[in-house]
Amino acid sequence: MSNRSIVSIADYSREKIQNLLDMAKEFEKAPNRRLLVGKVVATLFFEPSTRTRLSFETAANRLGARVIGFTDPKVTSSSKGETLKDTIKMVSNYADVIVMRHKLEGAALYASEVTDVPIINAGDGSNLHPSQTMLDLYSIYKTQGTLENLNIYMVGDLKYGRTVHSLLMSMRKYNPTFHFIAPKELEMPDEYKLYCKQNGIKYIEQTDFTEDTIADADILYMTRVQRERFTDLMEYERVKDAYILHANMLGKCRENMKILHPLPRVNEIEYDVDDSKHAYYFEQAQNGLYAREALICDVLGITLEDIRNDKTTTL
Amino acid sequence: MEKRKDLVVAALESGTVIDHIPTDKVFTIVQLLQLDKCTDQVTIGNNLESAKFGKKGIIKIANRFFSDAEISQLAVVCPNIRLCIIKDYEVVEKKQVTLPDELDNVVRCANPVCITNNEPMKTVFYVTDKVNGIMKCRYCGKEQHIENIKLV
Repeated sequence: MSNRSIVSIADYSREKIQNLLDMAKEFEKAPNRRLLVGKVVATLFFEPSTRTRLSFETAANRLGARVIGFTDPKVTSSSKGETLKDTIKMVSNYADVIVMRHKLEGAALYASEVTDVPIINAGDGSNLHPSQTMLDLYSIYKTQGTLENLNIYMVGDLKYGRTVHSLLMSMRKYNPTFHFIAPKELEMPDEYKLYCKQNGIKYIEQTDFTEDTIADADILYMTRVQRERFTDLMEYERVKDAYILHANMLGKCRENMKILHPLPRVNEIEYDVDDSKHAYYFEQAQNGLYAREALICDVLGITLEDIRNDKTTTL
Repeated sequence: MEKRKDLVVAALESGTVIDHIPTDKVFTIVQLLQLDKCTDQVTIGNNLESAKFGKKGIIKIANRFFSDAEISQLAVVCPNIRLCIIKDYEVVEKKQVTLPDELDNVVRCANPVCITNNEPMKTVFYVTDKVNGIMKCRYCGKEQHIENIKLV
């Protein structure tokens, strides 16, 4: 019902993306503002996700809103068999915006259809995670100064990695060249390769992950190769160390290259990389705060203009 | 007394004739349109000679006229059947069943972790490729082929 909900950003126009990036930039300059005083933000985590929840709740708090919600569905009525619709309807009576994470795909879209309160999708199963995509875009924009014409290398689990799929789709209007570096079992699914072809996105697939193969990258987007994704554990043992980034692989890389990772990392980025000027994953997580402040404001109808005119910053 | 060699099936005064049904789909349609619960006259013929298809099925239902939603259900099961609407013994309208752009609450999503399989709600599918019969779930985005679908 509400057209201000953010369920997916895959189809956002360049203008809309730029607008959100500019909003995030304002929040980076001054994250603490009183823009949402008197507003209540509900964070409904039907599936636990500490990182995403803390980021959203921090965003809401820094904007002066109050936060209600739950962190674990076991304590809610959904464990008693209440439908998602009923839970959303009930919370809609209390909150001005609902941030929700759910294990079922399409849950956020459905929620947005049963209430007038704007919904922000904080992840629905392996389907979509627009706030992660927004912070990825902001991190790329901030470190490269543009989203245009970049060489983006995606490494690791490209089959199940929802963040790489979302990023791929939302970059389509910016003429990127993708390099997909993954073991055979975890290669980019055909539907996304087809998507690239249909949208004229250039991509190169490779299995080698070496100093030379990443030399032309502007962005190195690392993901975790998880043991449980493999049907053949021999195969896992064979490839598990092949997609680990070491500091000694950064010798030939571009000056502007930045390493992103949605976190949590396990071992796919060696700790010796953390001190490199190319490491950006912790800043990336911090950018999530600004991106989420922008998203919360956007669904509540607060514009870039409003933020620029805002005099409530408490720096 | 000579044995009767045929039974005359009366022409419909008013109702719907569904023609050119593939022989293996006749009873699916019976089920789909809940004709087993229909109290008006229903005539079902199957494995009848057809100039076009070799063999075909045909169903005549007296006094029933189907809504567009019911017809789009039929399209999902067999995309090429034809409906004749009969009034006063005359064919007043012929409807070629075609896949609509959108299927409301007809197809079940094949994805077990789709919200539609876990909430008491209606499904929506967008037909993305009418030629090859590809449809996409509005909610989880998963695509499925018309030959593999299950009805709600």
